Order: sequence, then C-alpha cells, then structure tokens
Amino acid sequence: MTPQSIDQAGGRGLKAWLAAPVPSSPFQARMQQLSLKWWRLRANPAAMFGLAVIVLIVLVALFAPLVATHDIYAQDLTKRLQRPSVAHWFGTDELGRDIFSRLVFGARITLYIALLTAVIAAPLGLIVGTTSGYLGGWVDTVLMRIVDIFLAFPSLVLALAFVAALGPGIDHAIIAIALAAWPPIARLARAETLSIRKSDYIAAVRLQGASPLRIILGHVVPMCIPSVVVRITLSMASIILTAAGLGFLGLGAQPPSPEWGAMLASGREFILTNGWIAGIPGLAILVTSLAFNLFGDGLRDILDPRHG
Amino acid sequence: MSAVDTTPAANRPAALTVNHLSVLFGRGTSALKAVDDVSFTLGHGEAFGLIGESGCGKSTVLRALAGLNSEYGGTISFQDREVPHKRDKAFFRRVQMVFQDPYSSLHPRKMVQNVLAEPLKIHGFDRPQERIDEILTAVGLGPSFRYRFPHELSGGQRQRVAIARALIIEPELLLLDEPTSALDVSVQAEILNLLKQLRRDRDLTYLMVSHDLAVVTHLCERVAMMSEGRILEEMSAGDVRAGRAHEPYTREFLEASVGYRPIA
Repeated sequence: MTPQSIDQAGGRGLKAWLAAPVPSSPFQARMQQLSLKWWRLRANPAAMFGLAVIVLIVLVALFAPLVATHDIYAQDLTKRLQRPSVAHWFGTDELGRDIFSRLVFGARITLYIALLTAVIAAPLGLIVGTTSGYLGGWVDTVLMRIVDIFLAFPSLVLALAFVAALGPGIDHAIIAIALAAWPPIARLARAETLSIRKSDYIAAVRLQGASPLRIILGHVVPMCIPSVVVRITLSMASIILTAAGLGFLGLGAQPPSPEWGAMLASGREFILTNGWIAGIPGLAILVTSLAFNLFGDGLRDILDPRHG
Repeated sequence: MSAVDTTPAANRPAALTVNHLSVLFGRGTSALKAVDDVSFTLGHGEAFGLIGESGCGKSTVLRALAGLNSEYGGTISFQDREVPHKRDKAFFRRVQMVFQDPYSSLHPRKMVQNVLAEPLKIHGFDRPQERIDEILTAVGLGPSFRYRFPHELSGGQRQRVAIARALIIEPELLLLDEPTSALDVSVQAEILNLLKQLRRDRDLTYLMVSHDLAVVTHLCERVAMMSEGRILEEMSAGDVRAGRAHEPYTREFLEASVGYRPIA
C-alpha cells in the first residue's frame, strides 16, 4: 500500500495500514513505530498539555498579524497604563501600546530564539560529544577540557560576556545562548557514546570495515539523538529564560521590540501600581517554559526506554 | 553427513594459521596473560571448535583473530599471508563474525534491511536489493522480514539476521562466538542446523568458540581444549563424544559436561 492509497482509503484504511503485521515499505515500518509512540504520549496528560500549549504558541506566532488586535508600535499616551478591558484584553503599557498584541508578536521572537539556539547547540554538542566519546584518547581529552571551560562559567554570565563583546541584539543573544547551551549536550552525548561504543552492534559494524566517520554518524549518533532531543526540549525553558534575562538586562532584543524579557523590564517601574504590565509577559515566559518542560518529560518517557 | 566430514584438500592453502598468539591485559606486574602461546591451523572448509570453561581465553582468541583487539603477540595468517594488526577492509570482506548475544549485536534503531544494506555499501557490492532478498531466504527468514526492527524479532530470528549480516558479503571464514548460548534449546538446534547447511552450501570455514560440547561436536570435526589461556590438546569430534582424552583436565571437563548420570 502506498501513502497515496491510504489517503483515498480514509481513516479506517490508515488504521489498518498502521496495524499491518508485515510492513511492506520502510516508510510504513517507520510510521508504525511512530504511531506506537504517539499512543504512548497520548496516555500522558501532562505531556499532552505541554504539547497543546506549544502548538498554540506556534500557531499564534505564525498567525500573529491575524491574532493581534492593535498595531504593536502605535503609541497613544492618552490611553497609557490602562487595566485589561474589552478594547485592550491585557491592558496597555506605559506608552499606551496594546499588551496583548505585543505579547502575540513577542511569541515570534521567543520561538525564534529558542529554535535557532536548539538548531545551533544540539548538532554542535552531538558531534563534539560523540566524536570525543568514540575516538577517545587525546581527542577526548582536548574536547572535554574545552567543554569543561565552557561549563565552568554560569550560562547567563557567559552569555552576558558574549553579548557585551558582540554588542546587544537578538542575533548576538542567540549566538551567546547557543555557546552556553552546547557543552551540557556534548557531555550527555559523550556519556551515551561511551556505553554505545562497547556494544556488540558497534563491534559488528567495525568488523564489516566501516570507517570511524561512518560509525559515528550512522550508528552512534542515531542512538544519542533521542536523549539529546529530550535534553534540548528540557533546556528550552532555560533558553527562553536566558533570552528573557538578556532582554530584561537590555542586552538582548532592543526596544521597541516586543520581546517578553524586554517587556518585563519596561514594566518593572510600574510593578507596584500596574502589576499586569510586568506580570503578563512574566506569565507568558512561565507558561511557555513549563510547557516545554512537561513536553520534554513526556518525550523522555517514550524516547528513552531506560527512564520509561 | 558426508559433506561435513570431508578433510581439507591438501593442495589448498590453510584458511587460517595462528602462531604463538598471546594477549596481555593490563600492564607491568599486574598484567594478566589471557591468551598464552596459542597455535593452531584451520584447513580450508574445515570447522574447528575451541572449548573451555568461562574465562579460559577462548573468546579473547576470537576477538584477536577478528581484529577487535589489535594488541596481541604472535602472528595470524589468513590463507598463508600474515595479516596486519590493524585489519584492512579486504580482510573484513573475507572474515566475518557472529556474536554471542543476538539481543545486543543488532542496532536497536535499524531495520533489518538497513542492517544488511550497510556492509554491501561499505564493500561496494552491486544489486543490493536482490542480495538482501537472497540472504534473507538463505537464513530461513524470507523477504517479508526486511522492514522489521530488532525488537520485533525473537532471539532466534535476531540471530538469523546476524548470520545474514555476516554472510551477505560472502566471506570465506566465519568466526562464531557461542552463537547459540543465548538461545533456548529448540532454537539452538535450528540455528546449528542452519549453520551446518550454510557451510555446505557456501563452502565456508568455521572457527567456533563454545563451552557446550554438544554444540561444538554437532558442528565441528576438530576441537581444541583450552584452559587458562593455553591449548591443552586437540581432539577429533569423535574423541570428544567418546570421552577419549589424554590430559586429566580435559577428561574432567568432558565428564563434567555429561552432567547427571544415574548410578547403574
């Protein structure tokens, strides 16, 4: 059965296709494995809640211009510091801008930072960790000492130093956060690799004449990917917090950008009189971080059999 | 069983010659001599068994031969040519190994098809798809097993996949590291018969390591007894079955392997 014919057969055909005892194509076999994992994830309400929130935030970020009710840069000083109302769902800030609309556009920036950091840090950590663990010897020593140096700095301080050197801005913040985020992943990948490299299936592929490069990329990396995916999902929360922290300190996104940390920083002055200005972006950061953590926990249960 | 009992042809070179092989673990005074001055010769098409208790060094011999452990003393010659300590691709093409535990020797995230396609890619074989179908049929699984993951297979089926993986690049010498010890008895017999038949069909030379006398004598014509890293003596399978041994240790081992015997 080809993927096209399933679409024609509809839902029931798809179910039968996924339950077929003998898969007839690699695609079908992979989809069957995936559907099993999906069923196990569905049994975990916390993870499903996390996933739902993440999907919601992604949709809001994608369709921000449609969701937003006001122009995020339009200032109206006659309407500054208003409480939440029908016209301004989350109220207005000190320059009379609509907080809800700014929050919606801020989701774009937050996701942009989180995803780009993950895309830089995960492969870097994975390659360094697996290479170090598989090759061992002086390669391992050199790479792990570099990792140690990076780990010796608190991540926010390291990010601060990089932003201070490169100059403030979102792109620089992303580079700085990624530089602070890859060493723990490298450590994790190396630890996994150390146990994988001694296994019989690696010995078997070595005996078939495979080169170290082929073994690392084709056999070790696939075994490390699930735990790295879990790890990066769980560290999404701290990435978002670091980004917000940099924004808050004025080293990340610059005003008038609606980055959540920057919004929080500007609301700081009014926290006693108009708490929602700081509270709402703070709540958004909290909910997003929590969603990534819950989803990451659920992912670990299905992807990493040792914790399952 | 005539095909199994054939003696190696005299005019062909020996498949494998091992001379004064020794393997040390550790360094200095704490070094452990796991294999001590082991020598033997394998004729082409022969099946040779190494037996001995756990820890006697038989698996270490096999790992040194296969190239998993390149730090050994002595020489190993394949078809009368000495092989370098760091094996090359050509060696791996002709000498393959089947591991003890089929639950750990297959990559958990690779489909059977990918497991079998990899060695073909490494050694640049043509017609990969036909070869995969062919070898799956030869090991008694059939092409419908192509898209299975290891966790969907039983122990016996996994070991068949492992055998298929070793044989797909058409090696001449197969190293068997207790290939049936992780399987239950009925599946053991199936795998042994499969190995026997494959050897006949493909003109293979076997070197098998085991502690199970019944398994070794079923497959091999010649058997060497190992103890504490040394080969004590070489016997024919018939001698082992009949319990004819010169060394006292071997006699004891053979008697112990018979197990429970009612008092006559």
